[in-house]
Amino acid sequence: MGSLFILGAEGPTEFVDIAGWFLENAWIIPALPAISFVIILFFGKKLPYKGAEIGITAVGLAFILSVLTAGQWMNQVDNAHGSEGGHGEEAALVLVDDDIELASAEADSEAAAFFAEEGEEGHSVVGRNAVVERFTWWENGGVEFKVGIMVDGLTVMMLFVVTLISLLVHIYSTDYVDGDRRYTHYFAFLSLFTASMLFFVLSENVLQMIVGWELVGVCSFALIGHWWEEKPNSDAALKAFLTNRVGDMGLLIGMIILFWSANSWSIIDINEAAIGHDIGHTTLFIASLCLTAAVMSKSGQFVLHTWLPDAMAGPTPVSALIHAATMVVAGIYMVARLYGVFWEGYSIAGSSFNILALVGSVTLVGAGLLAFVQDDIKKVLAYSTVSQLGYMCMALGVGAWTAAVFHLFTHAFFKAGLFLGAGSVSHSVHSFDMKTHMGGMRKFMPKTFATFMICTIALMGLPPLAGFWSKDEILVGTGGWGFFGGTSANGSYTFALVMGIIGAALTCAYMTRVIYLTFFGEWRGAEHMHHDDHGDGHDDDHGHAHEPHESGPRILIPLYILSFMAIVAGFFNLPPGFITGSEEGWQERFFHYVEPVSSYFPAIKHGVPSYSLAIFATIVALLGAFASYYYFFVRVNRQSPAATELANGLTSTNKVARAGHTVLKEKYYLDHLYTDIIAGGTKGPVADAAYWTNQNVIDETVNQVGRTAVSTATFVYETIDQKLVDGAVNLSGSASEGLGEVSRSALQRGKVQQYAAIMFIAATVIAGLLMVFI
Amino acid sequence: MEFDNNWLLSVMTFVPLVGAAIVMAIPKAEEELIKWAALITSLVAAGLGVFLLTDFNYDNAGELQYVADAQWISVINSRYIIGVDGIALPMIALTLLVVPLCIIYTMGHFPEPRNPKALLSLILILETGMLGTFIAQDLILFFVFFEVVLLPMFFMIAVWGGDDRRYASLKFFLYTMFGSALMLVSFLAMYFLADGTIVGDEANTFSMIALSDGATVGIARTSQLWIFAGMFVGFGVKVPMFPFHTWLPDAHTQAPTVGSVILAAVLLKLGTYGFIRIAIPMLPEAAAAWAPFIGLLAVIGIIYGALGCLAQTDMKRLIAFSSVAHMGFVMLGISTLTDFGINAAVFGMVAHGLITGMLFFIAGSVKDRYHTLDMARLGGLLISAPRMGWILGFCAMASLGLPGLAGFWGEFPAILASYNPAAILPEATFRGYMVVAALGTVLAAGYLLWMLQKTAMGTPKDEFVDNPEITDVKTYEWIAWAPLLALILALGLYPKPLFSTTDDAVVKSLQVNVMDDVPDCLNLDTDQGEACFDDLREQFEAAG
Amino acid sequence: MLLVQFLLLSAVLFCIGVYGVLARRNGVMVLMSIELILNAVNINFVAFGAFNGTVTGEVFALFVIAIAAAEVGVGLAIVLLIFRNKRSVDLSDVDLMKG
Repeated sequence: MGSLFILGAEGPTEFVDIAGWFLENAWIIPALPAISFVIILFFGKKLPYKGAEIGITAVGLAFILSVLTAGQWMNQVDNAHGSEGGHGEEAALVLVDDDIELASAEADSEAAAFFAEEGEEGHSVVGRNAVVERFTWWENGGVEFKVGIMVDGLTVMMLFVVTLISLLVHIYSTDYVDGDRRYTHYFAFLSLFTASMLFFVLSENVLQMIVGWELVGVCSFALIGHWWEEKPNSDAALKAFLTNRVGDMGLLIGMIILFWSANSWSIIDINEAAIGHDIGHTTLFIASLCLTAAVMSKSGQFVLHTWLPDAMAGPTPVSALIHAATMVVAGIYMVARLYGVFWEGYSIAGSSFNILALVGSVTLVGAGLLAFVQDDIKKVLAYSTVSQLGYMCMALGVGAWTAAVFHLFTHAFFKAGLFLGAGSVSHSVHSFDMKTHMGGMRKFMPKTFATFMICTIALMGLPPLAGFWSKDEILVGTGGWGFFGGTSANGSYTFALVMGIIGAALTCAYMTRVIYLTFFGEWRGAEHMHHDDHGDGHDDDHGHAHEPHESGPRILIPLYILSFMAIVAGFFNLPPGFITGSEEGWQERFFHYVEPVSSYFPAIKHGVPSYSLAIFATIVALLGAFASYYYFFVRVNRQSPAATELANGLTSTNKVARAGHTVLKEKYYLDHLYTDIIAGGTKGPVADAAYWTNQNVIDETVNQVGRTAVSTATFVYETIDQKLVDGAVNLSGSASEGLGEVSRSALQRGKVQQYAAIMFIAATVIAGLLMVFI
Repeated sequence: MEFDNNWLLSVMTFVPLVGAAIVMAIPKAEEELIKWAALITSLVAAGLGVFLLTDFNYDNAGELQYVADAQWISVINSRYIIGVDGIALPMIALTLLVVPLCIIYTMGHFPEPRNPKALLSLILILETGMLGTFIAQDLILFFVFFEVVLLPMFFMIAVWGGDDRRYASLKFFLYTMFGSALMLVSFLAMYFLADGTIVGDEANTFSMIALSDGATVGIARTSQLWIFAGMFVGFGVKVPMFPFHTWLPDAHTQAPTVGSVILAAVLLKLGTYGFIRIAIPMLPEAAAAWAPFIGLLAVIGIIYGALGCLAQTDMKRLIAFSSVAHMGFVMLGISTLTDFGINAAVFGMVAHGLITGMLFFIAGSVKDRYHTLDMARLGGLLISAPRMGWILGFCAMASLGLPGLAGFWGEFPAILASYNPAAILPEATFRGYMVVAALGTVLAAGYLLWMLQKTAMGTPKDEFVDNPEITDVKTYEWIAWAPLLALILALGLYPKPLFSTTDDAVVKSLQVNVMDDVPDCLNLDTDQGEACFDDLREQFEAAG
Repeated sequence: MLLVQFLLLSAVLFCIGVYGVLARRNGVMVLMSIELILNAVNINFVAFGAFNGTVTGEVFALFVIAIAAAEVGVGLAIVLLIFRNKRSVDLSDVDLMKG
């Protein structure tokens, strides 16, 4: 690393304090698990704990560093606030670069632009600028490709979430996948996955984001296909990767458009160019569309979400890590990071409709409905994840940036808690099927049940647990609640609000179903216990035909921590005015530290919270929960404690309901469309047609040319050469021979007088000729 | 150490030929001696290559270095001019790397009919041909080396190939000869039409330096277009570009493993190298006129190659088809006529050489063990031979363009460049190509992962369970593969060395007429650009 | 004009000779006919020589006479040998030169 450049009116020391060592050296955080990956891969099998200890150590250290980094960031923000009144124009940017001249030139211009902007807008952004450190990775055709880190509130929040959940998953996994056939590889890829995600989160530029994005995809491929011996698992892995690749196409194109438009890879530069209208609106719109496709695939939004439920083929801790808390939020994170682009591209302010909000709200309800018909507990949670990601996507679409990111934050804890809880249950019943193997589990696993309940309530969005606060902020952010005067957000997205409230009710309803089927009623798994279809290779001490039992501490402790976070995470961002107190209290702390106030972030407005909306939404959600409760806890339970549905339920009596059920069971037929029609079509008829064309048209042309050449040659040889040319030669021979024969038999008869006669005739003829012509 | 290095390139190029002669002189019974003689020869050449890499002046990579210029065929003013710059250097390094690895691999496992003497001397002759093509700076010299390559490869396929080897080898030979013939016509046309006196050479010249430096400026536009067309076919067949690609799957499928590796790693690059070294610098105007068409064929090749892959049942043939797709990316980069795109193309050439070469190695080893490459019968490689399975997975990931591995830096910048091609080219068209090429990356992931799933995942079929022949990676395979694998990773993580080597040379190759301070015609809008070329011609006519 | 008469004589003599060569079967008679032809030629030589006032014609005639003598000598010898072998001098019986 080169020298440190500090800009601003004051002396350097102050800025060193502000920036801080941990912020500048955040690159160590992804480096730790990356090194751990290499060590585990090459030496893991020889270690006493088969590499798990390396992974846990590395991620643990990364977690500690993340906490320290977050602390320094908060410190920096607070310091900046403290000195806000005094010096309005100090620290702008801390930039470290290995190329000294370049850095100073760049920094000067950036600083100049920055101060100009600040002067115009008249609000201070001191201390809230991202810490950027970068060096040139490679250059090509005069374009420099840099690699570096960009640390701001969003980054440190993600670092915290990723490393914490990864650490808990690591610990959980030591018990859960104990004795697995590829225990060491499993931990190696967990490390690589964590490293990739952290690398992605810390990206300084969009190229780096692409790299991290793809690496995350590959790790998910490896982890989903962890048990690749069975075809469904490798199919799921392939599906996940290919679906993501479709979105990646959008990512590549979108980022390329942004790069050429802003002439920079830097996230900050691109955002500033977008916000400053240096990029044409149409260009931004197209780029946003392309990037939205990427979000749809990575973050499982309609209609590219289908890989996510299938991805449950991987081990449960992986599902928790990848498909609930970290990887799938990469799309959301990307939108949040490049918010200037989306903000301008979709004209989010002052509008009431855009693609992002539409995609999010459709996903929210569509996936919520699908969750009803799943029998596999992990699939319910997977669809629930899709649905919750829809919330975040919708929130970003309506301009509720902080709400989206906050929901990402809270959701990560309770969803990871739910997945790990589901894993804990399945660990003891050796199945994920709620209808055949579960029921009444609260008696066997009270601790798991308690944590699962806490996380469920958080997911349902019932006060005062975490989900309530973030969901409520999203609903406020839509700006659609006009009746009771509670809105002044960026636009009036009434549709999004309606979908958001419906989604909340759906969430409550299907989670109530899960709770009943899993923990209440009667245990239905006794007759299945003898054959182990658990799938993760547990054939050691768990596969006996005994009753389910509570999991061990390495599984329970992560659950405790996560359910604790599910309770308290919501308090990080209490709405203003909810608890009277100084600004330094809990109120809007998350917003304060996370949302950038800088030239690379658009000037978004924040909705004013409304009691009426909160109460209304909660009532609707409770209605959903109650309907489901009535159906399962009262009617089904009355029918039989072991039953899973009503014998004469609506689907068996009503045609329309049955049709709807079938559509949901078939997942809106999207899988048929993708797998059978698009993938099957490409793989089958299209590829075959192309190959047929290749073999029978192009190659056939070549062969035909060859054959024609050969047959022409044959013709030339046999007819022209052998018959005509050579024939002429032979003919001249045979002709002279024949002539000779004729003359021999006719003239050369040995008669002297005949000879003489000929001689005389010839002489006469010659003489005659001489006489005529001379 | 300051000394005249003119001999370096010549020695490096002809050492393998001498080695081939030595190998041929050794009696057939002395098999070990033959093997070691061949290996040492190739290592000597590689050693000289290492010296070249260290001694090369990277600050001046745009200029030809180690230039030697000697009389050769004075009647037609064809000279023995050789030299190396930033574009040729990576290609030379690739050749010098791949050949010893192939020899090591062959030493471990000789293909049938077992005849080490013949096979190794053919490989060495091939090496001379390939190196010569990359160092030649005279069109006739270039042509000679270009053709020298054909013969050993023909025999390798025809003697050690699969069941259909006669057809494949003949097709390979005739197809490339056909292209070469047109190429030679173009060379001759340039010889007669260009005026070397502009750049201080003789009027009629084959010197590539003179021709790229502006000797061609006076050639009429129509003539330029035709000359370019000839070269286009000649180089396009070698690349191979759609629709001249059909020799490739057959040749690859039938060739012995080392033949496939050399074919994929180096031979295909002769075509793209020709575009970068000869066609574009010498005829920039015609290149600009042809570029949209080349770009079109490139993206067709990308999609088409990918679809061809998906239809395969044979693993090796699938990999062969993937070459069509990957070389499509390289050609797309070239067709943008930007330094960015051509840098990407050179990177793509190296990356493809490493990755696809590696994939062919694996396919060869799988064939040795299973005696089949039918993907319906394979499966469970990760169980039978775990390390090989992982290596296959690694290479598949590299081939599909995973960031952090070499393939990405060939593919992504090419797509990037096609968003913003040289100003003279139609922008909208190339943006369309960009979208299609991006679709190609999806299909690439599709066929490679599908292959991976079919061959590596799952469980081994009954016929191969507990087959003692199916062993994990052997020592000689490790030695042959490790450098390639390391380079795939190293270049992926840190592409800078390669890009910075090629950059200057690429920039120089795109400058229209180096001899004068003339406007950059390629970077003007279509109409202005064409007018700019016309002006140049008029100036030339007025002066001469 | 005197020359014409000589030429006419010579032509008649030549025609008689030709007739003899072609029509007679006796080898001796053929040889004699050849003599007639030669003498027809001699008459022409001498006539033209006298007409042109040179001796070239006469000289040629003397050569011809000499060669004719030699020729008849060889010819008669051949005929004699044929007769010895075949007991006949009929030329239609002799086809030894048949190709």
